[in-house]
Amino acid sequence: MAERSPATRRTLWLVLSLVFAFLYIPIAVLVALSFNQGGLPTVWSGFSLKWYASLAGNAAILSAALNTLIVALVSTAIATLFGTLLAIGVEIRRQYGSGLEALIFAPMIIPDIVLAIALLSFFSLLDFTLGLHTIILAHVVFNLAFVCSVVRARLKSFDWSIVEASADLGASAITTFRRVTLPVILPAVVAGALLAFTLSVDEFIIAFFTSGAGRASTTLPMQIYSMIRFGITPEINALATIVMAVSITALTLSQRLNRGVIGQ
Amino acid sequence: MKSYAPSRSSLLMAPALAWLTALMVVPCALVLALAFFRRGIYGGIEYTFTLENFGLVFDPLYAGIFLNSARIAGTATLIAVVIGYAAAYAIAAAPRRLQPVFLFFAVLPFWSNYLIRTYAWIVLLNREGLITQLLRWFGYTGEPPSMLYTEGAVIAGLVYNYLPFVILACYAPLSRLNPELAEASRDLGASAMTTFRRVILPLTVPGIAAGAVFVFVLSIGNFVTPALLGGGRFQMIGNLVYDQFLTANDWPFGAALAMALIAIMLLVLTAQALAADRAAGRIAEAKGGADG
Repeated sequence: MAERSPATRRTLWLVLSLVFAFLYIPIAVLVALSFNQGGLPTVWSGFSLKWYASLAGNAAILSAALNTLIVALVSTAIATLFGTLLAIGVEIRRQYGSGLEALIFAPMIIPDIVLAIALLSFFSLLDFTLGLHTIILAHVVFNLAFVCSVVRARLKSFDWSIVEASADLGASAITTFRRVTLPVILPAVVAGALLAFTLSVDEFIIAFFTSGAGRASTTLPMQIYSMIRFGITPEINALATIVMAVSITALTLSQRLNRGVIGQ
Repeated sequence: MKSYAPSRSSLLMAPALAWLTALMVVPCALVLALAFFRRGIYGGIEYTFTLENFGLVFDPLYAGIFLNSARIAGTATLIAVVIGYAAAYAIAAAPRRLQPVFLFFAVLPFWSNYLIRTYAWIVLLNREGLITQLLRWFGYTGEPPSMLYTEGAVIAGLVYNYLPFVILACYAPLSRLNPELAEASRDLGASAMTTFRRVILPLTVPGIAAGAVFVFVLSIGNFVTPALLGGGRFQMIGNLVYDQFLTANDWPFGAALAMALIAIMLLVLTAQALAADRAAGRIAEAKGGADG
C-alpha cells in the first residue's frame, strides 16, 4: 500500500492492539481465574490447581466429556470418509449444477436452531429414540460440508493427469486412489477431520435438541450451558480452559497442515 | 478418465448426498410442511391445513419481537463492521509476512467454543466482575453498575462472537486492493479521506456485505446469547423458536417462525449478492480505467 505517515502508522498499530485486546482479554481473564484459589469466581486470592482437581472428581462432567468424545470421534470419522469422497466426486465431475453446490454449502449457512428443530421434528415423526446416535447423525450433516470444502480447496490444484497416468499403467482404481490421490490430498483430509472434530466438540444447539431428555446423552457443551445458567463458578472456568485448550490445539494443527498444502 | 468419470463421480458422491438429503433436505421440508398444520389440543399436531401460523408471525406481539431482534442484530452488525473493517484495514497495512499471523490470531477465538466465549462476558460484566473491580481500583465506591442482563450486554456478546468473521471477510478485498489506485487518487489531489471514501471503500463493499450478512443472520437467529447475557429478558427470534419447541409445545408455530427466519436470511443474502454484483461492476470499471 501507499507510503504512510508515522502518525497513520501509529494509529493502525493502535487499532490492532485494541482489537486484539478486545478479542483476548475476556478469554485471558477466564483462564487466569481458573487458577484462582478462592471460591469467589472473580476475585483473585492466590494460585491453585484445586478446581482442576475437583473437575476430575465430578462424575457428571466426566460422563459428559466421554459422550462428547464419542460423538466427535464417530461423526468425524463418518464425515471425513464421506466428505472426502464427495469432494473427489464433485471435482472430477467438474460441471455440476448450482443445486448441488447449494446442497453442499447449505449446512454451513442454515441457522443452527433451524437445523436443530428440523432434526427434532424428523426424529420424533419417525419415532426414533433420541440419544448419542441421533446427535452423531446430526453432527455428520455439518461436518460433511466442512470436510468437503477443505478437501475441495486442495483438489483445485490437483493434477488429474497423474491419475490418468496411473490408470494407463494398469493400476486399479483403488490402487490409484491409495497410492496417488490420497497421499496428495492427505494433509487436507487430516485438516478437515481436525476441523470437524473441533466443531463437533463445541457444538451445542443441535446436540441440545437431538439428545433427548435423559442425562445419559448429555454432552460437554450441554453440561457447560446448564452450569452457566446456575451462575459463575471457578469449576466452569477450569472446564472452559481445558475445552478451549483442546480446540485451539486441534485448530492450530489443522491450520499448519493446510498452510503446508498452500505452500507447496 | 473422461469417459467413465461421471458414473464414478456419482458413486463417490452418493453416500454424502444421501446423508444430506435424508438428514437435512427432508427434515427441512418437514418443518416447512409442519408450518401449515394446526396445533393439536394436547400440544401434538393436527393434520389439517391452515395459514394461521404465518398469520401469528405478524401478530403485533410477535412482530414486535421480530423488530426487536432486527434492531439488536442490526446494532451488533453495525458495530462489528466498523471495528472489523478497521482491524482488517490495519492488518492489510501491516508488513506482508506478519499479515497471516495477525489474521490467524484474529480468527482463532471464533473457532473456540461459543458458550465459553459468551460465558467469558458474564465473568467480565457481572456485579463483582473485572469491570467493577477496575472501577473500584480507580476509586469508585458506589453501587456496582448493572451491565449484565442488559441489551448492551447482548450486543457486546454478539459483536465479540462474530467480529472475527467480519475481519476475515473485509481483509480479503482489502489485501487484494491495487495500491496504485490509492496513489493515483492522491496524485490527482484527493485527500486521504476522499480517497478512502471514493476509492477504497467502494472497492471493498463485497467484503463488508459478506461480513454484515453473516453477523446479522447469526445474530437474529441466536438464542444462546440473549438467554445468557440478556438473562432471558430479551427475546429474540431464536428464543421464540426454542420456546415453541421445548416449552410451549406449539411445533407448527415454531416451524412457521423458523421459516420466517429462513426467509429473512434469503432476503439478506440476495441483497448481499446484489451489492457484490454492483461492486464487481465498479471493480471492472476501475480496472478498465487503470489499464486505459
